[in-house]
Amino acid sequence: MSGGVDSSVAAALLAREDFDVVGVTMQLSGDASRCCSLEDADDARRVADRLGVRFFVANYADRFLEEVIERFADDYLQGRTPIPCVTCNSRFKFDHLLARASAFGADQVATGHYARIEIDAKTGAAHLFRARDRNKDQSYFLFELTQEQLLRARFPLGDMHKDEVRKLARELGLGTADKPESQEICFVPDGDYAAVVETLRPEAKALRGEFVDREGRVLGTHRGIHHYTVGQRHGLGIDNANRPLYVSRIDAERGRIVVGDREELEVSTGRVERVNWIAGNAPAEPVRAQVQIRHRHAGALTWLHPEAEARVRVAFDEPVEAFTPGQAAVFYDAEGGCEVLGGGWIAGPIR
Amino acid sequence: MSDRVYLDHNATTPLLPEVAERMSRVLHEVYGNPSSTHAEGAVARRLVDTAREQIAALLSVNPREIYFTAGATEANNTALIGTVEEARAGSQTAQHVVATAVEHPSIEAPLVWLDAQGHRVTRLPVDEAGLIDLATLDAVLAEGPRLVTIIWANNETGVIQPMAEIADRVKACGALLHVDATQAVGKADVDLSRVPADLLSLSAHKFNGPKGVGCLVVKTGVECAPRSLGGPQERRFRGGTENVAGIAGLGLAAQLASADLEDRMQKYAALRDHLWEALTANVPKLRRNGDVTAMLCNTLSVEFCGVAGDVLVQSLDLEGVAASAGAACHSGSIHPSHVLTAMGRSAEEALGCLRLSVGFGVDEAQIDRAAAIIAEQVAKLRELDTNR
Repeated sequence: MSGGVDSSVAAALLAREDFDVVGVTMQLSGDASRCCSLEDADDARRVADRLGVRFFVANYADRFLEEVIERFADDYLQGRTPIPCVTCNSRFKFDHLLARASAFGADQVATGHYARIEIDAKTGAAHLFRARDRNKDQSYFLFELTQEQLLRARFPLGDMHKDEVRKLARELGLGTADKPESQEICFVPDGDYAAVVETLRPEAKALRGEFVDREGRVLGTHRGIHHYTVGQRHGLGIDNANRPLYVSRIDAERGRIVVGDREELEVSTGRVERVNWIAGNAPAEPVRAQVQIRHRHAGALTWLHPEAEARVRVAFDEPVEAFTPGQAAVFYDAEGGCEVLGGGWIAGPIR
Repeated sequence: MSDRVYLDHNATTPLLPEVAERMSRVLHEVYGNPSSTHAEGAVARRLVDTAREQIAALLSVNPREIYFTAGATEANNTALIGTVEEARAGSQTAQHVVATAVEHPSIEAPLVWLDAQGHRVTRLPVDEAGLIDLATLDAVLAEGPRLVTIIWANNETGVIQPMAEIADRVKACGALLHVDATQAVGKADVDLSRVPADLLSLSAHKFNGPKGVGCLVVKTGVECAPRSLGGPQERRFRGGTENVAGIAGLGLAAQLASADLEDRMQKYAALRDHLWEALTANVPKLRRNGDVTAMLCNTLSVEFCGVAGDVLVQSLDLEGVAASAGAACHSGSIHPSHVLTAMGRSAEEALGCLRLSVGFGVDEAQIDRAAAIIAEQVAKLRELDTNR
């Protein structure tokens, strides 16, 4: 229970179904001004009181700093654009928290995620799907879950629309009913990623480097590669009156930001690493799939070619823009685009 | 709540029925302001004065030396800041304050504040058993500190410092001695005729009195500046209309503690020892923290190797046993206890510790049940950890 409306309603739905519910807030930050702070824990506690369920705070602030926030900073300094929510799900909500659930004698961990799990009655295998509310769907952030984790996970909001969730929260008199949405990464509340990187790795403040074009011509000086992401157009500060410039590549080794026309963002083939297949193992043959390459991406048709060492070569039918290293590429079934087949971390384009 | 076992009496204690009854009657019947001169005020005034006498009798001090506060935190803050700032006002120089490394946060935080004001703070280390070294104290006293503050009995481990020896030494060098007796009162013989401290803090809810009330003892002749201005109450030392019902409850709790301290100590020690025996018989790999020959009768601090104390506390709670990992004030944070690390425990060892404290209402059947549940939960957590 984060103290937000979604997990509040998820808890309420389970309590209403007579599950033996224990509410847990994961305290992930030592800083009270941020998400998962003590203030949010207090909101969650009030909801738990209202529902008549026991409530605890599980403090993972130290581990979260080490396993998520510091890795986030290092990713930026290595030229990637990280997406920490995936790790938070697979390593915290459905690992550390799942362990805590076992300690409590609880069979499952339920969260306020918008996604659906179905268990195949014949095989006993878990399948992961997009939420009914496509606009709120969070399946993209859950691709790393294993069968073991999915079988112990429960997403009570998977079949609900957000407005239904808020309405239910109001009907139940939950104090969190009208809390605003949290859009940003929880430990970057103001969206200033570079500032977080520089707080953790102060040496990043002094980083400078060159903007270059595809041919290596120097176009200007940048403020350190952690300020940029592939596909970025604004805030480059390069004087170029005739055409808009985009970041097409980050060359961490040489500290260079490669910029170019929009067409230079296009990628037809790319590689994805540390791939997790929801079914448990990689398919033997290439498979058709829709691949979503960032949170708000509609998905593109591809052939997936499984390779050794949990890698996949992704061949897009039509080129996609900004295949950004560090982001997740999540594989959905080719027809409906609703079932998560698996996913991995974008290594980069194959040129 | 009936089948629960409450083993967190160092965090707070239940009210004795007599105390609840007395307070209830006061709340219903006595509404006068003790500062008023009319009959209604006089009734309230009498209750406050009676409570002062009851506490004075328990501690062997003069009733005029007792100043009511909102609890031990306020008393501790007042004692430290009041005496040090008073001394500075006189001499305009930085003062030297001595404490132990295992103080409660309501002492530790004022020490940090005093340090930031330019005063000098020395923290005496403790040994593995949790005791300070008297020779080290002597060496520090030779520097002529203004104030020495010592936690009589530690809230986390129950370790009792050798107060009589400490008091003799501090008095001999002419420094002021403050004792934080919050955990000791009602569970140990706290007698200022034997331990000639200059100031003492206590809190009612640690010995079956109400929450939100306590007192600071300031011996006659000791200069301590007030921290709360604006009223004539407590001889201008602590402004604000008195918490009459709370003070009456504190007084009665003190009187009841004086009446059967010996019996309580014997009973609690028997329960605590029984718990330790049951645990050692049923749980492998555990050890006890602190010097068992110098320990509060009711406290058992145990390290369960390889178990996360914060998780254990939560799973025990779900099974009906209330205990604490480190101090209650630390809940929600998983910093290793400074008390245990001062005793030489590693961070990991300290995080595996559980504080069990018995008290009023606990019986042997409950102890047996709790020991069985603790054994079961510790085994489960160790098993889960191995499977990860």
